[in-house]
Order: sequence, then structure tokens, then C-alpha cells
Amino acid sequence: MTRAFLAGLITAVAIVTLAFLALPIVAIFAHTTPAHLFDQLSNPVVRDAFVVSLKTSLIAQALIVLFGTPTAFLLATRRFPGQAVAVTLVELPLVLPPAVAGIGLLAAFGRLGLLGSTFDALGITLPFTQTAVTIAVAYVASPLYIRQAIAVFEATDPNLTAASRTLGAGPARTFFRVVLPLARGGLVAGLALSFARGLGEFGATIMFAGSLQRVTQTLPLAIYAEFDRNFDATLAMSGFLVLVSVVLLLGLRIGLTWQRSPSKRSLYLFGPSASG
Amino acid sequence: MAALALEEVVVPLRTFSLRLTLDVDGAIALVGPSGAGKTTVLRAIAGLVRPASGRITSGGEVWFDASKGISVAPDRRRVGLVFQDYALFPHLSVRQNIEYARRHRADEYLDRFSIRHLERARPLDLSGGERQRVALARALARDPDILLLDEPLSALDAHTKAGVRSELHDLLRDLGIPVLLVTHDFEDAAALADRVGVIVEGELRQIAAPGELVAEPSDPFVASFTGANLLNGYGERDGGLSRVRLVDGTVITTADDAQGEVVLAVYPWDVTISRAPPHDSAMNLINAPIRGIAEIGNRIRVTIGPVSAEITADSLERLGLEVGQPAYASFKATGTRVVGVRGGSALAHRSGLRSASS
Repeated sequence: MTRAFLAGLITAVAIVTLAFLALPIVAIFAHTTPAHLFDQLSNPVVRDAFVVSLKTSLIAQALIVLFGTPTAFLLATRRFPGQAVAVTLVELPLVLPPAVAGIGLLAAFGRLGLLGSTFDALGITLPFTQTAVTIAVAYVASPLYIRQAIAVFEATDPNLTAASRTLGAGPARTFFRVVLPLARGGLVAGLALSFARGLGEFGATIMFAGSLQRVTQTLPLAIYAEFDRNFDATLAMSGFLVLVSVVLLLGLRIGLTWQRSPSKRSLYLFGPSASG
Repeated sequence: MAALALEEVVVPLRTFSLRLTLDVDGAIALVGPSGAGKTTVLRAIAGLVRPASGRITSGGEVWFDASKGISVAPDRRRVGLVFQDYALFPHLSVRQNIEYARRHRADEYLDRFSIRHLERARPLDLSGGERQRVALARALARDPDILLLDEPLSALDAHTKAGVRSELHDLLRDLGIPVLLVTHDFEDAAALADRVGVIVEGELRQIAAPGELVAEPSDPFVASFTGANLLNGYGERDGGLSRVRLVDGTVITTADDAQGEVVLAVYPWDVTISRAPPHDSAMNLINAPIRGIAEIGNRIRVTIGPVSAEITADSLERLGLEVGQPAYASFKATGTRVVGVRGGSALAHRSGLRSASS
């Protein structure tokens, strides 16, 4: 009796939880139709925001991969003093309030910031430019990729890299022919999460880059700006972002399930990071 | 000059240090319990572990010399290392695995190891025996100066093992390069290598031809590792022989000189089992219920009192032996060896000797 009651209770709690998580998503689509959504693409505000978001996201993600991958590899494979500090540094943007991240970026790269005079001398102005959006997105989204990359690199069988070395391959060849191919699935997963997070970036961007249409106004900023002017446009952009998130998550899940990877296989995308 | 030489190589491990001086010519096996530092020897030779001191040379080449700060990178050492789990690249086909070492000669090795039909298969789809052949082919395709094998037979099931062992034996003979293999199984070592070294806690206790290790083990550990029964007792001379009274009161006669607290080694294949007291030259007779009957490969190990005997399945059936049944175990006085003084483990015995001599 008690056991059946408990099982029922747990099921009920789970249903409430899932409903709570699903309701806002359903509500967005309840207010708009796909046709409506496409109509809004002709709205210049929506279109501009779309272009700004896509452009800054792509550049930011490219930078994250370019800088994040070697950093993650180093953190995963070497032991050095201060490593815990380094890993914490990598994870910090994940828990930092985005607005605080924005202020931090402003204090670092702004005209009166730490590096402001250096940039000034070089004739570079960062705040309230599209570059600032890219920087904000890269700052806030990078932990998702780097954390995942560290976990994936740590899971690489050290005997495989050792085997590669004894077979005459140097460290570089070993990395590109053994480590990277085996890590690929995990790295793509990390990148997708980082992309989704970057696309939704709001707080740091509005502090550091402002919300200028065609220049720094990304989709989330446009949603906020249009909120009391054109609710349809807001819904359309929201719907689009939901779709992107769903497609990314589903794609990942399917991709990871199908991948014949010898490394750990889990349905959960946010695996326990070794640093945790 | 030895093909491969380790000179006073020291690698600190967690609780002890590996200390090894060894010339590798022909096929040598290092045996020892797990955690004895065997794999570390291979990794140090391959350049995957950096010793704290010592020298490693191959032919005329210096691969490692602590005093001169020389440590050649693993990819420049010309070592063929076959890992215990084979470490085949899971994302590459069999052919690509072999090509990884040498692009142009994969065909030669696919044929030589009869794995051409598997060339497109992924390692995960292969059986244990097939994986081993691929791993060997890959290691040899690198054209190494020395072949290192880490527990080459441990990943195989008992059924596959016998066949692979004889195959491997033939291969190692024909190879023409020195081979160093490590295993925890003395039988495997004896079957595959010309010389066997027993290594315990990073220290080489004895290295000799397998038969020699069995005949003249230098200490109780070596004796037990080669499969011997070890009998602790107190020995006294009695004419030309010695009599050793065991803890349980049994008296064993030995042709060796046994005085005071001693450890006697008796090999299971020197022990005869019978239902009735035998009338033969064996001076040692133990009459007790059978304690255990265990199958080891194609032999049966029967334990009576303090000793185990190895007999064939046919003999077991013929004698109709069962656990709990009384039986006789007999062995000759000349079939016993004094391998050390009693007192705890072989290690205690060794350190006792050392402190006595210093």
C-alpha cells in the first residue's frame, strides 16, 4: 500500500515538473502560428536582429573553439600548480550573473577600463560595437564548450595516445589523428550547447554592447525592445529561438546515441565534469 | 653487446621503487604478481615513463640516460609495444590501424598475420585473438628494434589462450629481434620465453631458464611463483638427509640440507596420488582426506593435507577421487628443495638476509 502510494506520488510530482517546464514553450506557440512566424521575417527589426545574432554567434563560437580546445586539452592532460584555479576561472562565467559579466567586460575593455587606454592608443573602440556583442557572447558561452571539452579529453584512453606515440607519431599527429577524432562527438555536443547559450545571451550584451538595431541588437535584445511595441514580432523571435534550442538538443541526443564512440555514453548532455 | 640494456634503472612507484638492471637478448619474460612494476618496465623502455635514474640503450643508441639528461621521445625509440588491452584505435579499421605505423607495408602485415579478411573491420567487432593479431601486426609494422608485450595472453579466454600461446611462441622465435614480455602467469612465461625473471615489488629476484627456476628457485617467492607447494617447518639433520617437522606434525624427509626454521618447495608434478599406501622409493607419505580438487587447464590439482599434486583427468577418474575421501600423497626426498628460512613472507626473508649481510 505505502509503496504503491509512494510510486504514485513520485509519478505525480514528475508530471507536475514536466508540465511546468513545458507550459511556457507551449504558450509561445499557442499565441502564434508557423505562417505568422514566417510573416514576421519581413519585419526589418526581426531580420536585423536575426543577422546580428547569427553573425556574432558564429564568430564567437569560432573563437571559442579556436581558443577553448587547446585550453581544455591542457587542463585535461597536464597537472600543474594552480590548476584548480584555472578550472574555476573557466567555469566562472557559467555562474556569474550576466549583468555582472557585462559590467566586468566594460570595466576591462571600456574606454575607462583596464585595457581602455591601450585600445584607445590603437584607435580601437569596443563598447557598443558588434565586436562587443561577439566578446560578450564568447565570454558567457565559452564555459559550456570548454567544460565539455575537458571532460571529453579526460575520458580519452591514455593507452591510445601512448600507442600512437610508440607507433612513431609525434604529439601533434597523435592529437589530430587519435585524440581529436575520438573527442569529436563530445566536442560538437559542447559546441551546440555553447551555441544555444550564446544565442540567448542578454545581460552581458546589453551592458557591454547596448541594443542598437542593425549593430548590436541580437534576437533576445530585440525581443525585449519589441515587447511592448509589437508583441507578434516578439513571439515570432521567441518561437524561433525555441525551435533552435529544441533542434540543437534533439540533434545532439540523436547524434550522441548513434555515434559509435567508445567513450562514455550518457543521455544527459551536461555530464559531470571532472572539475566538478 | 646486448640488443637492449637497462642499467640501474630506477622508477619511483607509489609504495616502492622499480630498480632494474637487465640485458634483453632473445625472448625474456618478467613474471610477478600484479603491482610488481612489470608494466612500468615496458613503459620506461618505450619512453612513456621517465625513470628517476639509470640508462637505457638499444644497440648503440642511448634512449635514456639520466646523468646526461637524455630522454628520447617515444616516437623516436623504435619500440613495438603491444598493450594489455591492445589499445587499438577504435575509430580506425584494422587496415588503418596497421597503416598508422607504416603506410606502405600494411598489406605485408595483413597477410603475415592472416587478417586480410578483417582489414575493413573495426577493432570493437573483433574477437580477443583477432585483436591481438592486429595489435602485433601494428606493433611490428613499425619495424621496431625490440618488441614489448604487456600480459599478451591475459585478455584471452582459456579456450583461445592455448592456441594463441603456441602461435605467439612460434612468432617470437622467428622474429629476429629481442622480445621482452611481462605476465603474472609463470606457465605463459615459461612457454614463451627463453629466460624468465621473477620480479617482486620492483626488484628482480631471479632470472634464469624456466627449468632452472623450477629446479633451483632462489627464494620461497620464486618457488611459489613457479607453482611449488611451500611447506614451513623445523628441520634437523639425520644422517645424510634432513627431516623437517611441519606445523601440523607431518615429518618430511628431504635430500637438501635443512636445519632450523625452513621452507621446503615441492612441485605438484612430483607428487603422486594413490588410494592405498604405495610401495615405491618415495620416502614422504601423507595420508589425509582430499581437501580440494581443482581443474587447471588440462590438469587437475588435488590437495591432500599440506600438499597439492597435479594429475591428469584420466588418473582422477581411474582412482575415483572425491573431496573428503582419504588418500595418499607421496613424493621423493629428492623432490624437495629448501628455498628459504621461515618467517612471514618471502620479502621478510629477503630483507632479513639483507640486514644480516650489511
